[in-house]
Amino acid sequence: MKSQAVHQGRLKTPFYSRLAALDTVNEWHQWKGYSSADSLFCEDIEYFAIRNATAVFDLTPMTKYRITGPDSLDYLNRLVTRDMAKIRPGRVAYAVWCDDQGQVIDDGTIFHLRDGEYRLCSQERHFAWLKTAAIGFDVTIRHETEDVAALAVQGPTSFSVLKTMGLEGLEELKPFGLTHLKFQGTELMVSRTGFTGDLGYELWIDPDKAEALWDALFEAGKLFGIRAIGTHALELARIEAGFLAAYMDFLPADETVRTGVSRSPLELGLEWLVDFKKPNFNGRRALAEEKRNGSTWQLVKLDIEGNKPAHHSYIFGNEKANKGQIGFVTSAAWSPVCKQNIALGTVRTPYGKPGSSVWVEIYYQREMHWNRKMAKATVVDKPFWFPPRRSATPPAPY
Amino acid sequence: MKTYDAIVVGAGHNGLTNAAFLARAGLDVVCVEKNDYIGGAAVSRNLYKDWWYSNCSYVCSLLRPEIYRALELHKHGLQVTPYGGSVTFMENGDYYGSYQDAEVSYREMARFSRHDADAYKTYSADTMRQCRFIRDFLLSTAPDPTSFKPSDIKELIRIGGKFLDMGEDRMYETIRFWTMSVAEYLDEYFETDVIKAAFSGSGIIGTALGIHSPGTAYVLLHHYMGEVDGNVGSWGFARGGMGAVSNSIAGAFQAAGGELRTEAGVDRIIVKNGKTAGVALENGDEISAPVVVSAMDVKRTFLNCMDKDDLPESFYKRVENFKIRGSSGKLNIALDGLPTFPALPEGSSLYHSDMHFIDSMERMERAYDDWKDGTWSRDPYVDMLIPTLNDPTMAPPGKHFMSCFVQYCPYQVEGRAWTSEERDAFGATVIDQIARYSPDFKDLILHVEIRTPQDIEAEIGITEGNIFHGELTMDQLLFNRPVPGYAQYRGPVDGLYLCGSSTHPGGGVMAAPGANAAREILSDLKRRNTVPENFGDD
Repeated sequence: MKSQAVHQGRLKTPFYSRLAALDTVNEWHQWKGYSSADSLFCEDIEYFAIRNATAVFDLTPMTKYRITGPDSLDYLNRLVTRDMAKIRPGRVAYAVWCDDQGQVIDDGTIFHLRDGEYRLCSQERHFAWLKTAAIGFDVTIRHETEDVAALAVQGPTSFSVLKTMGLEGLEELKPFGLTHLKFQGTELMVSRTGFTGDLGYELWIDPDKAEALWDALFEAGKLFGIRAIGTHALELARIEAGFLAAYMDFLPADETVRTGVSRSPLELGLEWLVDFKKPNFNGRRALAEEKRNGSTWQLVKLDIEGNKPAHHSYIFGNEKANKGQIGFVTSAAWSPVCKQNIALGTVRTPYGKPGSSVWVEIYYQREMHWNRKMAKATVVDKPFWFPPRRSATPPAPY
Repeated sequence: MKTYDAIVVGAGHNGLTNAAFLARAGLDVVCVEKNDYIGGAAVSRNLYKDWWYSNCSYVCSLLRPEIYRALELHKHGLQVTPYGGSVTFMENGDYYGSYQDAEVSYREMARFSRHDADAYKTYSADTMRQCRFIRDFLLSTAPDPTSFKPSDIKELIRIGGKFLDMGEDRMYETIRFWTMSVAEYLDEYFETDVIKAAFSGSGIIGTALGIHSPGTAYVLLHHYMGEVDGNVGSWGFARGGMGAVSNSIAGAFQAAGGELRTEAGVDRIIVKNGKTAGVALENGDEISAPVVVSAMDVKRTFLNCMDKDDLPESFYKRVENFKIRGSSGKLNIALDGLPTFPALPEGSSLYHSDMHFIDSMERMERAYDDWKDGTWSRDPYVDMLIPTLNDPTMAPPGKHFMSCFVQYCPYQVEGRAWTSEERDAFGATVIDQIARYSPDFKDLILHVEIRTPQDIEAEIGITEGNIFHGELTMDQLLFNRPVPGYAQYRGPVDGLYLCGSSTHPGGGVMAAPGANAAREILSDLKRRNTVPENFGDD
């Protein structure tokens, strides 16, 4: 048998040619083996494309699985903590799945494409776990990351761009809805989903049509401020939206080495995703016990005084730090759109109740010299950025 | 009749800011506005079809982030988006651009002079040092150097400490900086005429001074000390136009229980028994309150809206002598498409930047000479922007709004009121200047609003239409603004306060005067302070 060498170096997504053509700064990193842009022109301007016009982000490297078969709903209900029976065809669900100890393996979105046919989309790769969890179910799970090209089209003018492109019926598409349309004879799936907390869509298509889709999108977007963006701009937007990122705000439990470094959905503020009314799901027993006995950690959204981002900060229970460290910041940013100093962090319970205060130790550098500041922070329970346009149906033109 | 805790006169951004902080402290506040719309000079006006004009102020940088945050303006619809760069078109067909990317800007400067490109980093550090010094005082009341009040002494010591911290050389440098002209300041760093001309504009915008006038270096600083998201010196657009600033502050005010009344111009501030008692409106109604806060400029407040007998003679005289001179006009233009500037490469990011058409220091000064002669500049300094390249909300897709700030433009033409022919001729001067660099520009014009200082005064109420409510010269700054002895927002009558740009720290859409005045009022009333502290600029 002839051996087959694997691809060396970085893979290129089906949109690479278009991204490379727009790139002026040559700042790339690898994302699950693919070349992915940090930034293409200027991070600030890319960020404001998300909040002010339309930003296009290539999310093809997201891990995707197709789940089909007569037991697909039962299977998913066993896999994830929320009740998938409520997610009708044409709807999308944000979900987490846990190991038997109730620790989060990953979060992701599950698209109910057609009756009994699902796509699970996540940051990390989980085929082994998905297969293990499928024992006893009549389902087929197919890895389809390379088979689907995907773009996030996000921002206040995104609806106008897609409408100008000729996509029909998006007026009625509600947040977390999806629809199947045609693009040049090929099926184009459009979902009203995204990682920015703003009005926005995600477009899913056969890779052969990726470049044509990009070209049509950018032609339509010319008058609506369309811009391609890299991950740095997106990262800022997702913190403002209060969304979690794997390997930033939690670790996939199945990849951890040390004890106590993984988190349960309850500890991540995702109790609303856990449906104890379901008779069984992975991690149910452990989560029920945690619910009874209390959690160890609490994810917090912090509104921090001052304007210096609390990157990698320790969190304390009081200003003098004499009660010891109670946690740490996992994601931090100055929010340009809220004009707030924001962060996500993890603290030991009973700290972290909404409305309570904690103290954050911030280190910042000015002209080589390091400074330290203890800043008061308020625990908030709502996303930092949640504009009315995000959920308006039909969406406004801008 | 109902008695309010406070009446704020004028619903511009400072009046609204003041009203919002007072209302947040639990005061029963009404804000009265003479026009049938709010915003004063921070407005978005729908004057032509589906176009919205930022028809007075047009860009945003000085708005204090502390206030933005404290009033949660994002929840009331404000979004400020930065724009990058600037360009100066040259008579020889070339242009000088500055860009968001510092290295690109360096290369561009080096195209004219490697000396200047390398000097820029020192210029930038020296200017930033002055910015750092002044920024710290924006959200605090200017201390009175003649006062023995503990708060004044404490603040004087703080300022003195910061000053001494600079070290001997830089202290000399600072004192020079505060009094020198922008031309002299730029001469210390740069050799290229067009680069100096490009930078000097910030030294004269909003003033009735020329680039060689003492004090204009400070004015340059006034335009540099703002920020967008911590990028000091950056400028941005308010999404939806500058009205979004006022509307969001009004939203915060109303959310705190405040009451807004439009078409309620104040005829007179009422004083009874030596104390402020309320206001009499132009329609004859009276509103009573023990506190009246005027967001109007100092001249309009005391010379037009008060009885002279209620004011000390020397104070009145000083107000009369306060320098507040009309020097700038504005053209707001609706365009059928994007004009092209053949000097620029196609798709250049400089289309998104601010554009200027004076390429030498000589021409800058000549523009001022015309103003001194009592007429508008025949070859004006224009600060032109096309906000719709960034903001999709202000014109239909593919159409554009162009904002042209024009200097110099006098309050009166040769000492008498403007005629409509002169206004049109002023507009034509600006349009012709732009058209010299953009051949298709004139054909794209759908509608033009031309505003002279006289128009701005008539509509907004600012004396002589001066955008800063008074010159930003050393004799009118800090403890001298507006009048020595009255620089802490309190008027000469009990219960009467000022919160407009005639007070420290001056003009621009900063909201600091409104906030600082609120802090003083709340302190006088022994109420909880709701005004945020300076973030500090460590």
